Amino acid sequence: MAADDRTTSNAGIGIGSGSRLTRICVRAALLLGVLISLFPFYWLVVMASGTTQDIYRYPPKLVPGPHLLDNMRRVLDTVDFFGSLFNTIVVAVLGTALVLFFDSLAAFAFAKYEFPGKKFLFGMLLVTYMIPAQLSLVPQFVTMAEFGWAGSLNALIIPSAANAFGIFWMRQYAQNSLPDELLDAGRIDGAGFFRLYWTVALPLFRPALAFLGIFTFIGLWNDYIWPLVVMINPDKVTLQVALANLNVLYNSDYSLVMAGALMSVIPLIVVFLIGARHFLRDLAAGATKM
Amino acid sequence: MATVLDPTGAPAADERRASRRGRSTAPGGRRRHVPPLLAVSPFYVLFAVFGTFPVLYSLYLSFQDWDGIGDMRFVGLKQYGWLLQDSVFWHSVLNTFQIWFLSTVPMLFLALVLAFLLHSQVRFTGAYRVAYFIPNVTSMVAMTIVFGSVFAQAGLANSVLRAVGLDGVGWLSSEWGIKSSVAIMIIWRWVGYNALIFLAGLQAIPTEHFEAARVDGANSRQTLFRVVAPQLRPVILFAAVTSTINGLQIFTESQVLFQSTDIGSTGGPGQEGMTIVLYLWQKAFKEHQFGYGAAMGWLLFAIIAIFTIINWRLVSGSDRDDRRPGIAGLLRRKGVRDGR
Repeated sequence: MAADDRTTSNAGIGIGSGSRLTRICVRAALLLGVLISLFPFYWLVVMASGTTQDIYRYPPKLVPGPHLLDNMRRVLDTVDFFGSLFNTIVVAVLGTALVLFFDSLAAFAFAKYEFPGKKFLFGMLLVTYMIPAQLSLVPQFVTMAEFGWAGSLNALIIPSAANAFGIFWMRQYAQNSLPDELLDAGRIDGAGFFRLYWTVALPLFRPALAFLGIFTFIGLWNDYIWPLVVMINPDKVTLQVALANLNVLYNSDYSLVMAGALMSVIPLIVVFLIGARHFLRDLAAGATKM
Repeated sequence: MATVLDPTGAPAADERRASRRGRSTAPGGRRRHVPPLLAVSPFYVLFAVFGTFPVLYSLYLSFQDWDGIGDMRFVGLKQYGWLLQDSVFWHSVLNTFQIWFLSTVPMLFLALVLAFLLHSQVRFTGAYRVAYFIPNVTSMVAMTIVFGSVFAQAGLANSVLRAVGLDGVGWLSSEWGIKSSVAIMIIWRWVGYNALIFLAGLQAIPTEHFEAARVDGANSRQTLFRVVAPQLRPVILFAAVTSTINGLQIFTESQVLFQSTDIGSTGGPGQEGMTIVLYLWQKAFKEHQFGYGAAMGWLLFAIIAIFTIINWRLVSGSDRDDRRPGIAGLLRRKGVRDGR
């Protein structure tokens, strides 16, 4: 009964009355959207499991073929898939861990402590958003070369080890969900700043850390232009760059390239599906609460 | 700040400051400021080294002629002069704007429609969200490769056209084919993301507003424009600004799409897929013209800044009483996307 009421009142917003026909049309449109959204993944599986001839056949073959494992084995023979997967995992895991640690630590200080220069520092945090990454692509590369980090995973992890968005977002969370009484109780027990952070604040930050963690992980995993520029040693690249290279070198062998693409996409989709519930709820919340 | 961290600084001044704030009783005097300052310092240290310095350095580089290895030669504003006369650069600017327009307008429209449809549903909402969001989290390189094969001359897109009796389209060989292909990839990737942002905005509208509109006899059209649109304005502003900032920095789609057919990465036949960032990358890292690349970075920055301001003005409208999102709110929303 209650659910019915909600349907009709919501449907009244912009798409006419909630008649049976309208509801069926809405559902059909949504399903069509889902199909469009997911079709490229299905098509990727079809191409990765067929032969190169299958891909350009007319009429096209629309169902997966039997060559998936074969094609995947050829990817492993052709490129150092596990090497670049390992590099990507190191960058994404270490990078995410550092972001979570530094951002939550700074957010805790900004939310719960007074210290000299706090206003100025926080204002600066916001200003740093203004600078697009591409502006400093060239000098950043030069800086990395000076440090001797060109071609090293350091270049992918260290510069983004703390970010303004995360600090800002976590501070917002800390202000709302970390009661002062709890911190005072900790102080009476003689806990200092870092102890309070570790034993009181961090456990309460967990939902916020989950969102920021997935968000950062996806960003680091998929980053392309920066690793492309800075990983100058062709033997040591990330998954995205390795895939792009595979695409260049074997562009006539489509089923091989597609198997590589599929293999590079699966780990991240798994991570996303595990954390999707948290992630999507918090993403929406972050966009509306101002 | 430095005096606070410096243990040999003047203690009297700090005592005074502390007592003025009524906190002179706090244990450790000014030392109590050390832990929070240490806690916030990593970001500022990293930003100074990897943010501020490169930005200033890029300004310096843009006045030099440098291949990255040999000596720098000071050329003043000549890089900017050459850039303004570079027809390829202007072509890339035009392409970028055309692709941005072709993608952003349908994308925001579809996202709005999708948000309304999702808002009217009560079942499977979680599954819909995941399905619509997945394009946004997948690697752009992998999906560009997939779309590249779909849009190839004998690819799936033309097969479908052939099946319904139409002629094939030169998706990756004609001017508008190239731009549409890139735009379609961007639309596919971002509709779901923006729809979820809009949906969150819709769900934040109190139901009483709809009740009141119904009591006053408003039809659904009036409800849409008088109740929903004003409430959604900040969210739409956010989406428009984000799409502009992202849209003007298109790189991966153009680079990967034509990478295998032309090694120089010139953005496909007729350079119709050449975007500003692709040209920047090509000049700086393929032709080693670091000064030219740095100058282009600054022009790109100027273009993005101007467009963000225009966008902001356009979408936030002229009425003063409207609750405009503060800069902090706007930046925070932008941050939802740009993790770095």
